[in-house]
Amino acid sequence: MAKINLYNTYLNMEKEDIILSFKGDITKDLLSSVYQIVEARMESENEDQKRKKKFYHVLVECLQNMYHHMESLQESGAKGELHDQAGSAIFMVGRGEAGCYLIYTGNFILHENAEQLKEKIDKINGMNPVELKAYYLERLGASELSEKGGAGLGIIDIARKSGNKIEYDFQTISETFSFFTLSAKIN
Amino acid sequence: MENLIVEGTNKTPTVKLIADSGLLEISGKSIPENSFGFYQPLLTWLDNYIAQPSPKTEVKIILEYFNTSSSKCILDMLRKLESLKKTSRSEVVILWHYEKEDEDMMEAGQDYNSLVDLPFELIEL
Repeated sequence: MAKINLYNTYLNMEKEDIILSFKGDITKDLLSSVYQIVEARMESENEDQKRKKKFYHVLVECLQNMYHHMESLQESGAKGELHDQAGSAIFMVGRGEAGCYLIYTGNFILHENAEQLKEKIDKINGMNPVELKAYYLERLGASELSEKGGAGLGIIDIARKSGNKIEYDFQTISETFSFFTLSAKIN
Repeated sequence: MENLIVEGTNKTPTVKLIADSGLLEISGKSIPENSFGFYQPLLTWLDNYIAQPSPKTEVKIILEYFNTSSSKCILDMLRKLESLKKTSRSEVVILWHYEKEDEDMMEAGQDYNSLVDLPFELIEL
């Protein structure tokens, strides 16, 4: 097994301006800890309050979106070749040009759910802010709350609050699974 | 009927639902993964309250953040209050608070105001 050169990892993260990264099981407790870390860090930073709030809001939605994906994947029982990895995912938070915040999440998803998700994001990405707001209100007012709590509003809200298009990728990793990557940018 | 008091956590809000005075207050953060689980007791309490309401119901919402799954539950609560208002057995008012310059939270109040037939006061903190 090749040894990890932690210094190189450190340098890479420094270069990419990564604030936080995690790979592993996504649990409620983990998310609680992440929120605490991020809040503490934001408090210490001399940053515009509005931008901080938007970032925190989008971060919560991105992480919970990933959490619900993992939850439904585990409930589907379709572990297949993923074995224990089925509850595992990755996320990163970094800074980019002009101090923008970047949020990345990556998780496994069943092929059968990928197409629907792709269509949903494409639809949302095609909307301007006025259309997004109308769509959000329509979804909020119309649908019953799903037990999962997802209610389909998360993705709309990420687009609405971030003010940018949602970038995504689906990478086929087997006959059953894709790896879904989502990235959100907060100016 | 009994009051419902719930201490806040870093993911869930502080809840004070006082039956006698009709003072209902939710404050703090509301970002649980399973919002329905958290809000179910509040919705049940509201059902009981609507059966024997105070002549005046003042609902203070002072949220710093709420996630999209909470937004659904908040709407469910407001819809119950809307049905109470329709009975004319209680005068219902929603006091929606937002922090200074938090346009998103102010807009969220306006959004709810557009979805339910209830008087809203938007109050800057």
